[in-house]
Amino acid sequence: MTSYEPIAQVPRLRRSRATRAKTALKKAPFSAWFGLLVILGYVIVAVFAHWIAPYGETQVFSEAFAPWSQQFKLGTDQLGRDMLTRLIYGARNTIGIAVATTLLSFAVGVSLGLLAALYRGWLDQILSRAVDVLMSIPSLIFALVLLSIFGSSITSLIIIIALLDSTRVFRLARAVGLNVAVMEYVEVARLRGEGPKWIVAKEILPNVMPPLVAEFGLRFCFVFLTIAALSFLGVGIQPPTADWGSMVRENATLITYGDVTPLLPAGAIALLTVSVNFVVDWFLHATSGLRDER
Amino acid sequence: MNPVARTVLQRLGLGLVTLFIVSIIIFSAIAMLPGDFARAMLGQSATPETVAAFQREIGIDRPPVERYFVWVGQMLHGDFGSSFASRTGYRRTVAEIIAPRLYNTMFLASMTALIAVPLALGLGILAALYRNGWFDRLVNAVTLTTISFPEFFVAYMLAYLVISRDTFIGSEFAQSLPHWLALSLNWILNAVPKFPTLSNVNDQTPFWEHVWRVALPAITLTLVIVAHMMRMTRAAIINMLASPYIDMARLKGMSPMAIVLRHALPNAWAPIVTVVAFNLAYLVVGVVVVEVVFVYPGIGQLMVDAVKSRDVPVVQACALIFAATYILLNLTADVISIATNPRLLHPR
Repeated sequence: MTSYEPIAQVPRLRRSRATRAKTALKKAPFSAWFGLLVILGYVIVAVFAHWIAPYGETQVFSEAFAPWSQQFKLGTDQLGRDMLTRLIYGARNTIGIAVATTLLSFAVGVSLGLLAALYRGWLDQILSRAVDVLMSIPSLIFALVLLSIFGSSITSLIIIIALLDSTRVFRLARAVGLNVAVMEYVEVARLRGEGPKWIVAKEILPNVMPPLVAEFGLRFCFVFLTIAALSFLGVGIQPPTADWGSMVRENATLITYGDVTPLLPAGAIALLTVSVNFVVDWFLHATSGLRDER
Repeated sequence: MNPVARTVLQRLGLGLVTLFIVSIIIFSAIAMLPGDFARAMLGQSATPETVAAFQREIGIDRPPVERYFVWVGQMLHGDFGSSFASRTGYRRTVAEIIAPRLYNTMFLASMTALIAVPLALGLGILAALYRNGWFDRLVNAVTLTTISFPEFFVAYMLAYLVISRDTFIGSEFAQSLPHWLALSLNWILNAVPKFPTLSNVNDQTPFWEHVWRVALPAITLTLVIVAHMMRMTRAAIINMLASPYIDMARLKGMSPMAIVLRHALPNAWAPIVTVVAFNLAYLVVGVVVVEVVFVYPGIGQLMVDAVKSRDVPVVQACALIFAATYILLNLTADVISIATNPRLLHPR
């Protein structure tokens, strides 16, 4: 008989986060891959806008509404600025502002929602009733009222949309937070004398992450569409900043002549929203443990 | 007291309270205006007297509580105050600006509802009937796509389709295609009715002409709201089809269509009505963008113009109308779903 090898010395294989992500990606459906690639493309264009774009963001040429040509790949707009350049810079501005707004909305919504779930009582009551009232006005209408008061600047746009949107984030964060806040380990942490900041960051937040990440994608779509709609209406992002919503409105007359150019920025918005939806769909499916019955 | 009536009354009371708070929020909009607003509105050349007169006109010199009740009182009598666009000797009341446009918006919204609701219910029932078949998948894919597009994209796509009916054959793109393909595409495009791409109407426009001119905006809004309603109808009916009494009906030998119409649908009304009302409330928002695209003189376009010129009384009146419609529609949905679903009466 040979001597026994102690089993405990065999190193336990635990997949790192990167390998787990890799296996998940390998199993991802086509729509998710498509969505991820499109989003990646948009991000690259947005980040490297300065190097990709053939001309400057506000560089004006002599011919307005020029047709597609060698010099201007997609023609020029109503002031004679290159359309392709404006589209590329538009990616940076429109997506950047939407991401900033969504981040702010989540910072406000998640922290207030988790605090309400942790403390309940009067704090929860006040916040929840306030959110009920805010949600009873359609957010586009509310945003229009606030913009008429504060005027349209990028800062006020970001703050107004983020605050209006954080109501929905608050509801979700509070709902998932309530489920976690009653767990024994939260009780233990509280008895141990940990402060609310520690409890939220170390005990509650890691356990409510998946629904919040999925919600981030959906809220981003919503915020993105709202900002595009406001800019399209002329009360959002103001010229000369290149932005897809206002590009559609400024060049809309071209459609009357059967020119497809003004549809491109609108199509860019639509493509990004669809892609984010695809990815969120897949993410929800992968994290919620839902399996197809096949 | 009848428990159904009590729940409904509670809900109505809650709705009234919400409306009250919302009116306070919209009212305080004018109080939040920056201090130099009067000067900004009247221009640099305004004398201090004009500025003071303007401030008296919008009532900044009186206490807010008093102003609020005067404002609400006037509003209930149909007096929405006067627009900032009015000048001395030429008063433009908000009511006279809004009235014709409110009619136009209501016209567009009801026309959309008349098309969208039956269409969504029909498609939803058919999709539930032939679930997982090609029809179901096709409808699902199309509605999922329209739901994630911005309204103005759908609107301009439709406008482009109508316009390319005339311009397609002469375009470079058509000439680069093989001749037969270009001709057949042109033939298909010619089947598109020649809807007007600008919905300019006035109070002299005859009824059917009005219907014709708002065709494109109504179709756009229909595409935007049908998706949600149709999916909900489908889900509600499929949910019902799993019940034992449906199995019973099936064993009796009833046809699938009869089962859906006679047994599943009556019990699925509550969720369907809720989602229909919710989407009609969503129309309130969609109407703003679509009116601007098709230059339709409705209340949404008016509100956007007022926001640009910072004509706060007009913005307030429009916002109040929109918010009240939204709240009332949601309230109706709640009341109907309470009244048609006895299970809601026993929360435990």
